[in-house]
Amino acid sequence: MSETSATHVAHHAPTSFIRKYIFSTDHKVIGIQYWFLALFSVFLGMGLSLLMRFHMVFPDAKVSWFATLWPKGAEGGIMTPELYLSLMTMHGTIMVFFVLTTAPQAGFGNSFLPLQIGAEDMAFPVLNMMSFWTTFLALAVLVMAFFVEGGAPLGGWTAYPPLSALGAVAGPGMGAGMNCWIVSIALFCGASLMGAINFIATLVDLRCKGMSMMRLPLTCWSWFVTAILSLLGFAVLLSAGILLLLDRVAGTSFFLPAGLVVNDQIQNHKGGSPLLWQHLFWFFGHPEVYIAILPGMGVTSQILSVFARKPIFGYKAMVYAVCGIGFLGFLVWGHHMFMSGMNPYTAMAFSILTMTIGVPSAIKTFNWIGTLWGAKIRFTTCMLFALGFVSLFISGGLSGIFLGQPALDLYFHDTYFVVAHFHLIMGVAAIFGMFAGTFYWFPKMFGKMMNETIGKIHFYLTFIGVYCIFTPMHQLGMAGNPRRYADFKEFEFMGQLLPVHTFITWAAILTATAQVLFVINLIWSWWKGAKASDNPWEATTLEWTVSSPPPFDNFAGKHPVVYRGPYEYAQPGAPKDYTMQTDPT
Amino acid sequence: MDMAGSLTSGVWKPQGPPPPVPDDPGGGSGGGRGASRRATFTGLFVAMASIVMFFAAFTSALVVRRGLSNDWLPTPLPGILWLNTALLLASSAALEMGRRALRAGAREAFNRYWTGGTLLGALFLGGQYLAWQQLLGAGIYISTNPSSSFFYLLTAVHALHIAGGMAALLYVNVQALRLRLGPSKRTAVDVTAVYWHFVDVLWIYLLLLFLIWG
Amino acid sequence: MILAFLVWAFTLFVTAYFMFTTWFPPGINAHAAAYDQQFRLTLVITGVIFFLAQMALGWVMFKYGDDGKRAEYSHGNNRLEVLWTSAAAVLFVGLVLMGTTIWASVHFTDPPADSMVIEVNAKQFAWSFRYPGPDGKFGRTDLKLINDSAGNPFGIDEKDPAGKDDVVSSAVKVPVGKPILLKMAARDVIHNFFVRELRLKQDLVPGMIIPYHFQADTPGKYEVACSELCGLGHHQMRSVLEVMSEADFAKWMQEQLAQKQ
Repeated sequence: MSETSATHVAHHAPTSFIRKYIFSTDHKVIGIQYWFLALFSVFLGMGLSLLMRFHMVFPDAKVSWFATLWPKGAEGGIMTPELYLSLMTMHGTIMVFFVLTTAPQAGFGNSFLPLQIGAEDMAFPVLNMMSFWTTFLALAVLVMAFFVEGGAPLGGWTAYPPLSALGAVAGPGMGAGMNCWIVSIALFCGASLMGAINFIATLVDLRCKGMSMMRLPLTCWSWFVTAILSLLGFAVLLSAGILLLLDRVAGTSFFLPAGLVVNDQIQNHKGGSPLLWQHLFWFFGHPEVYIAILPGMGVTSQILSVFARKPIFGYKAMVYAVCGIGFLGFLVWGHHMFMSGMNPYTAMAFSILTMTIGVPSAIKTFNWIGTLWGAKIRFTTCMLFALGFVSLFISGGLSGIFLGQPALDLYFHDTYFVVAHFHLIMGVAAIFGMFAGTFYWFPKMFGKMMNETIGKIHFYLTFIGVYCIFTPMHQLGMAGNPRRYADFKEFEFMGQLLPVHTFITWAAILTATAQVLFVINLIWSWWKGAKASDNPWEATTLEWTVSSPPPFDNFAGKHPVVYRGPYEYAQPGAPKDYTMQTDPT
Repeated sequence: MDMAGSLTSGVWKPQGPPPPVPDDPGGGSGGGRGASRRATFTGLFVAMASIVMFFAAFTSALVVRRGLSNDWLPTPLPGILWLNTALLLASSAALEMGRRALRAGAREAFNRYWTGGTLLGALFLGGQYLAWQQLLGAGIYISTNPSSSFFYLLTAVHALHIAGGMAALLYVNVQALRLRLGPSKRTAVDVTAVYWHFVDVLWIYLLLLFLIWG
Repeated sequence: MILAFLVWAFTLFVTAYFMFTTWFPPGINAHAAAYDQQFRLTLVITGVIFFLAQMALGWVMFKYGDDGKRAEYSHGNNRLEVLWTSAAAVLFVGLVLMGTTIWASVHFTDPPADSMVIEVNAKQFAWSFRYPGPDGKFGRTDLKLINDSAGNPFGIDEKDPAGKDDVVSSAVKVPVGKPILLKMAARDVIHNFFVRELRLKQDLVPGMIIPYHFQADTPGKYEVACSELCGLGHHQMRSVLEVMSEADFAKWMQEQLAQKQ
């Protein structure tokens, strides 16, 4: 602990390139490193999803470069079902861990938590650096799975045993590839735990004078609650991962029952419980959903208030709702297991708790609309993404009301309805939160404004695109189309649904193409963008009191003092329509 | 950027504006004197919470695995575990005595006690290794039985946490022997000691777990 | 502003579409009917919320653009907060409670005593179904005797007389209107037994025998799809539930027994 404590880090800005940009302990640099890692991952994950969509619709198509990329998985250029499943597994794992967990929390959180609470850095800068490089290593180990014997695992990001525990006998990729997966996740758990410790200590002890808990921007609240969720959730996932690894390499039987016969070979295991993994996994896995979405909610709340030029509606209710979601998030994991053979009475209990978690989510939605009511909205790109977030959150949240009922889950479990639900709310909504955050904070991170015209075109194409991809999936779910199917040739009823899949695939290709605009915008703005002023959005929080980008120690040796809440817009009698948190009058 | 700066540059001074208005609920610390020490302790307690969660997950796995199956055979605990337990408790006691000595200004006594505590910790690790050897000698391996699986697993992850503690103990020890135990290092002493007591209690918990459920 | 119209257009389209189309295949028993009703109820409630919330979102974007004046200074309204919190709570929990009867009929009620018992064995990537035959008893099985190529996926012991008349089939055939009890087991990894028209789904977990009871009232052939990822052939793991008249079923059973001789 003492090694990494703040007291051992030099006060002066480092001058060497490596200390400044590679092994930096500056939270702003680490935040940007995380952000780039997530940017790389999101394009990798999106690329994998396009290949999946292509295979579903054209399972027999011959594409020569598939064979170049995967000499075994796509021999002769035709993608095999096992390659499809390993793409799916890697898509899910990369997106959930290295995008949704990394960018909003570790990326923006690192960059802006210390700035927003008036601290010079995170509490443990060296730990912070270690946390980033462990994440980097985890990603490297995961990607390595593609290149080991047998290729990437095909057990899905949930890695249910026995499939994940049996080893190579259960399928290609379940040997060395699956081991890579487990090691990568274990590393990621370690990195997230380090990050969570840092976030909590920073927020609790390094707030500047006057920054009481009830004056924190809602972004800080959501990062704080997310850190608590990470702390408790990833510890459990780490345990589960170790147990799974032992079942694979040490011959134990934690998850493997007696009497398994795989490929006519009797397996030498006995007494384990496959459901035990599901309980441990989802005890982490459900909070993980909130780890992904809570920072997005925080960013959305922040941006809605700034660009509505109006105080956030019901600040305290928002805080309690975030805390409520965080608490209830640990009590609902069983709703992923309604069909698992779990005790059906337990399922009822879980479903009632699941419905109660809808309540704080509803509070947030109503408060966002309340914030916009009577506002003077400035339609910047980041505001558009925040508004898009609200729309997606409503759409994706309401399909949860179907899935949360065990009775209706009897049909919807593991169909495309589920795919539609979690992509809208956890995937796309969270990514809209990241886009919003990027457009909002890019000026502060890089000192340049992003291009609004390209940004708006990018927004509209993406917004229409994602609804075109995911809305028809609800219909597929109603038609009973199971998820994780490599193709739909075997089943008569799925063959009839193929036109819908074709539509989705084309929508996905177009939406992915539109993302090129975002990359162009990033590069162009970074090079040629207009120089950003200290406070281009006329916002009130502390990060906008310093230069863009901020000085090395954030506040140039000064110690900010906070006199008011973060959402003082349109105050009658105030000289401007916004009052900075540091404004003493 | 770090708290060392604000510690060495003297007392925190308000910049420009007058102090907060009276209805100010107090708010943050301002990152002034003591913030680093407090944050370090917060970090320690938070880390301990996650370790508790980590072992709680293993415990629940053990309880479920034991309750569900009919293949559970209790693992005979190697006798040396009792000696190891005594060593670990003694090392905690030595650290406490060392801290008391330090508070009284007796640097030399502190060095002796702390070195003794560190050595006792190392002996505990060695003893745990011997316990494994005893079990392996009796033909009980990690895959023999779910009970032995959990025994090896839990002792191993606990030993890892002990090893982390050992690193911290050694760090403090080296600093102390090089007479570099200034006031700012007191945090390192305290944090290490608290962590060491924590893994100590963790071991007692695991021992009880093995006795009752193992 | 454009976004307001976009959100409105999307909302109107989706609401109308969900109101007038259904993609569910027709159900074939009373449970399916009850299921469809609970689905429609949920659809109406969430549909109203969806419509109102999205339309309101469009409205605030349409109405409250920046015109250079100051916005309304308000930090919220506690009465409204309490109102929508309790409304959401009542609505959401109420929906679950209304669905309880459906869940209960599947999981909390025992199958009728005269149910026909069929054993299910799932493996990568095929289904097998075993009928006890005329004696009504399943024969002894042994893991070591499992041999798929010899047509013995259950590992039935030939020496056991009760097993002599066991019928094993790759499709599940049941008489119409007869209560059926499936005893489901998986041999290697987790699978899931899903028949759309029954509105029923259940995981098959290695090491567990999970009951699944139903009654099919409409003759026909219905596809069985594995709905839990089980490996590279997951998408091929298909079987058929064939609901036949009593006479057809008896005839089929006779043919199967005759083949065994």
